[in-house]
Formats: sequence, C-alpha cells, structure tokens
Amino acid sequence: MSAAETAIAIQALAVRRGGRDLLADVTLAIPAGEVVALVGPNGAGKSTLMAAIAGDLAPSAGSIQLHGRALEAWSPGELARIRAVLPQQTILQFGFTSREVVAMGRAPLPPEDRRQDDDAIAFALSETEALHLAARRFPTLSGGEQTRVSLARVLAQETRIVLLDEPTAALDIRHQQLVMQRARSLAARGMTVVAILHDLNLAMTYADRIAVLAHGALRACGSPWEVAVEGLLADVFRCPVAIARHPVLDRPLVIPLGELDVPVPADVVPAESGAG
Amino acid sequence: MSLPGRIRTTIARIRYSAASIGRRISVGAGHAPYALLLALLVAAFLLNVGIGAVSVAPNQVIVIIARHLDAHLQALPGWEAVVDAGSRLGTFPPGAWMRDWLAVDVTRQQDAVIWTIRLPRVLMGAVAGAGLAVSGAALQGIFRNPLADPGLIGVSSGAALGAVTAIVLNVTVLGIWTLPVFAFVAGLLVTSLVYLIARHDGRTEVVTLLLAGVAISAVIGAGVGLLITRATDQQIRTVTFWTMGSLGGTLWNQIWIVALVTAVGIALVIRSGQALNLLVLGEREARHLGVHVERTRTLLMFTTAAMTGVSVAFTGAIGFVGLVVPHLVRLWLGPDHRRLLPCAALMGASLLLIADLVSRTIVQPLELPIGVVTSLIGGPFFLWLLIRTRRQQGGWA
Repeated sequence: MSAAETAIAIQALAVRRGGRDLLADVTLAIPAGEVVALVGPNGAGKSTLMAAIAGDLAPSAGSIQLHGRALEAWSPGELARIRAVLPQQTILQFGFTSREVVAMGRAPLPPEDRRQDDDAIAFALSETEALHLAARRFPTLSGGEQTRVSLARVLAQETRIVLLDEPTAALDIRHQQLVMQRARSLAARGMTVVAILHDLNLAMTYADRIAVLAHGALRACGSPWEVAVEGLLADVFRCPVAIARHPVLDRPLVIPLGELDVPVPADVVPAESGAG
Repeated sequence: MSLPGRIRTTIARIRYSAASIGRRISVGAGHAPYALLLALLVAAFLLNVGIGAVSVAPNQVIVIIARHLDAHLQALPGWEAVVDAGSRLGTFPPGAWMRDWLAVDVTRQQDAVIWTIRLPRVLMGAVAGAGLAVSGAALQGIFRNPLADPGLIGVSSGAALGAVTAIVLNVTVLGIWTLPVFAFVAGLLVTSLVYLIARHDGRTEVVTLLLAGVAISAVIGAGVGLLITRATDQQIRTVTFWTMGSLGGTLWNQIWIVALVTAVGIALVIRSGQALNLLVLGEREARHLGVHVERTRTLLMFTTAAMTGVSVAFTGAIGFVGLVVPHLVRLWLGPDHRRLLPCAALMGASLLLIADLVSRTIVQPLELPIGVVTSLIGGPFFLWLLIRTRRQQGGWA
C-alpha cells in the first residue's frame, strides 16, 4: 500500500464560514485504489470536507492536491475528467429520462471517448441495476431509484476519483450492498472512492480506511479494526456501542447499546494522524 | 448469477436497447420536428403576408419577394447561377407545375403593400418571436425554474422605463431611434444592476438573482408610474400602446438591427445547449461536470437581455411568448436544450406571426395590440398546461 500513488493529499485544511470553524487542521492522505469512508455525527464537517475535495469551496487555510497537483490548478473541465461527485440528492425540474441523465455524465469526456457513449451508459446503468429505468423520466422515480441512476451517471464519467455523499441513505439493503460493492470494484481497478456514510457497519464492511470526524477535526483515521474502538465511537457519536465480529467476514460490527444517557467510557484513544 | 437473475438482466438489457433504439429513431426522426416547424413557419409567414386589407395570394407573395431579391442581389457574385438553377428547375415535371403556379400577375399596389409594409412587419414578428422564445428557454434553464421568463431579470421593466422616459420627457436627440435606443440601453442597465446586486465573492446566487429582479422591477414600475403622472393624455396613450406591443410601422432598417442581434444571440445560446442541460442537474453538479457555471450564466443572462431588449425596444412588451413556447416544445420533444432551443426559436417565430395575424384581422379594421393577443391566448393555455400537469404527475416536477 505504501507504494501506491497518493490520490488525494489534504494538508492542514481549514474552512471557516461565518466566523465558525467548519474544518480545522485536517491532514489526510488517501492512496489511489482505496475506498475511504468519512464517518462522524451530524455537523462534524464530513460534507464540508467532501465539498472542499470536490473543489466546491475554497479552503481558508491548508491545501488539497489531487494526484500530485494542487486543486486550484485544475480547470473545471480537467477536474471533471478526474473526479466525479454523487450528490445526496438531485432535484430535476425538467423531465429528462434516466438515460439522458446518465448521458450527462459523459459530457466532460473527450470526443474520441464519446463514441462509446451508448455502451458506457448501458454498462453504468446495469452496474447499478437501473437498466430497466433507462426510458423513465427521472423526476418520476423513487428516491432510491434516483440515487442509482445518479450513481450510474457518476460511473459513466469514468474518473479516477469518485466522491459519494451518503450514497446509501435512500437505498434498500440489497442496493446498499450493491453500491458499496461497486465502490470496491472501482478501487480494485485503481480508482479512489471517498464516501460519506452514516451506516457504520457499511463503512466497517467495505472501507479500506475510515476517517472519523467530529467538530470539524479528524479524530481518527485507520483500518476498520483500528477505528472500531468502543470508547472512540461512543465519544464521537455520543452513543455507547459494542464492537463485535462479522459472522462471515473478518470485519468489525458496531452495535448501538440502546442507551443514550450512560456516561461515556474514559478510554478514548487520542486522535491519530491520517497520513497513510 | 442465478438463472432468474440472468433472465432478469437479459430482459432489462433488451428493454434498454429498445429504449436506445427508440432514441436513435427519434433522433433520426429528429429532423422531423425541424421540418414540421419550418413548414409551420413558412405557412404562417405566407398567410400573414398575404392576408389583410389588400389580399395577396401566396404565389403572388413569392413572386413579389423573388422580384425584389432579384433586383437587390443582382450585384452579388453567384446570384446569376442561383437564378439559372431556379429557372432550370422549371423544366422538371413538379417544376413545371411550380412555374405555372408562379406565373401570376402582381399589381403595383400589391407590390408596394407587401414589400414596404407587411414584409418588414412580419419579419420583425418572426425575429422577435424567435428571440423571446429562446430567451425564455435559456432563462428557465439557468434558473432551473419553469416560471422564468425574460421579464424576470429586469430587462423588460428597464426597457419600459427607458421607453416611457423618452416618450414623456419628449426626448428626440436620436430622431426616430430615440425610443428604441433608450429602451434597449435601459433594459441592459437594469439587468446589469440586478446581476451586480446578486453577485458576491465572484458568485451569483440564483435565488438572490430572482428576488433582486423582482424587487428592482417593482421599484422601476414605481418610476414609470411617477413619470406617467407628468405625461399628457396623448403621451399616456402612446405609453399604453407601447406596453401592449405592436409590430405595426416596422421599417426595413430596424429589421437588420433586430435580426443581427437575435441571430448572434440565438447562436450563442444554442452553443450553450449542453451546458444548460447540465445546469438543470444543479449548479454544483454542472461544475462537477466541467461547466464554467459563472461564465456560462453571465454570458446567457446578457445574451438573453440583449435579445429581449432589442425586440422590446422596437415592438414594445410582448408577453407570454418567452414563457409558454419553451413549455410547449418541452411537452412535445422533451427537455434536451440542444433540441429545445432551435425548436423554440422556430415555434416562437411561428406563434408570434399567428398572433399578429389574429391581432390584425379579428376586429377589422381596428388592430389589437399584439401583447393583448399573446396574453389572451397564452394565459389560458398556460393555465390548462398547469392543470394538466398537476393531474398527470401531481405537480410540475
């Protein structure tokens, strides 16, 4: 893993908005070919971090590099060919069909690649089990179906970096697993996937690395077993949990204990450096 | 994969290829809408030019136009070849029929009425209609809002202020060009003002832009009201008719200006068709897909402002075309801007011509202001569209 190229290098990143620190001193290096989960309670700064990586907002301090090149040095067109973003939700005012929506993901590609559009669109739609939705109008789909079509759009963009903002929130369990498996197969082909996840068990099951954020700071970053520490998670989420082992896979499971008022254990691990 | 799973996948693939073949057919037949709309435009054009106090048959109209073109373009290199090819067409069977059809006499009066009065008027109508419809479609895309129309960014109210100022204060510095120039410049100035207010840190916020447009239009409406209190009865009459729009009295040299601005404008907007599609996904999403959102939006805003401004300057405020035509086309051909924009141009031109025909003929010998006709037809139609959409899909989205 140490030989892998660093896809996303975040150095001492800070984002201030309206006098509040949304992110402070976040340093994180994400190697190419990994699935990285961003977890943390509401308001921890996950979406802000993702927006900063996507280039949506300018950092107040620190820097971000994508594949060794400073984020601000990329033009919008170049960025669109190297990173794709799945938003939490897409609201379409006009009745584009799913196929047309996925085709939009091909827009940034150079003309010679556009010749494969039909195949690439069909492949992307079948990857997310949304092929049968191709001719349906996007606004008439259910939330989960919209997510799968949007994910197909992201896949059709064929970028080296894929950012997913809560990709599984609207999905049934089959499609939650499906989406995370697609993330894994992207990583197996050398792509880098960063996903914001609220479901800790999806993160534990599928991520190579989990970054735990709280109050705009990186609290921990490491393999699932490294961050599956009861005290850490209980403290960060203010919710006591137990850690178990997945019955089939060598992965931790996080089980909430169902009580919110118990004092949080004191054996909280100190924040780790995220540099891999 | 299990057998049922494989069957499901196969079925889905077949369905997908059916859908994509369907798309290819509709793209192949994608020329049909253009042909249809072009035919509609030609028909509306010939009817509109032919019908009136002096009636002229379509074949006479063609003869008159051909004669004038011949007279005007003789100096042009290559014109001889065009005429030659045209006359050689007459030797083929359908061409012979055509030649007989076109062998008609035209009176001097017909010629004068068509060439100096009706043709400029009809051309102005077509150009203004195309510009307004494309502007409306582009703004609805930029704002991701089906209710957007050229009035929203302040260009119409600004143009009204400019026009009313010229009328009420009796400004005549630029001769007959005073009113149009005042209207056009004021329209662009107000749009710039709206834009500057909504701009912050190099970015414009769409909702702020919308609200700024509404607020500034209100203030400008008040300004127009103030000016009118100082107007004479005759001026108030002029103002009233201007605000309802009219194609009457259009001159040839006005056409060239409006046509040039509109042609360049439509070309620029159509070039941004794909960017508009991506903008409909959302501003962030468009940026993620490589669109220079700010640059595109600024370009489109000022292009549409210029197109609307120049047509409003010469024809007055013609409502509803910019709002309704894009919806009609979307209903028929779907929301893809690469097709929507050119089709909206053709349909906007045709519908404005039909509206003009109605306005000239329905209460002969009087003439209704064309804005009255477009609103009278456009308003109820839009309501019907709203109700239908609500019934079919429970809302506009």
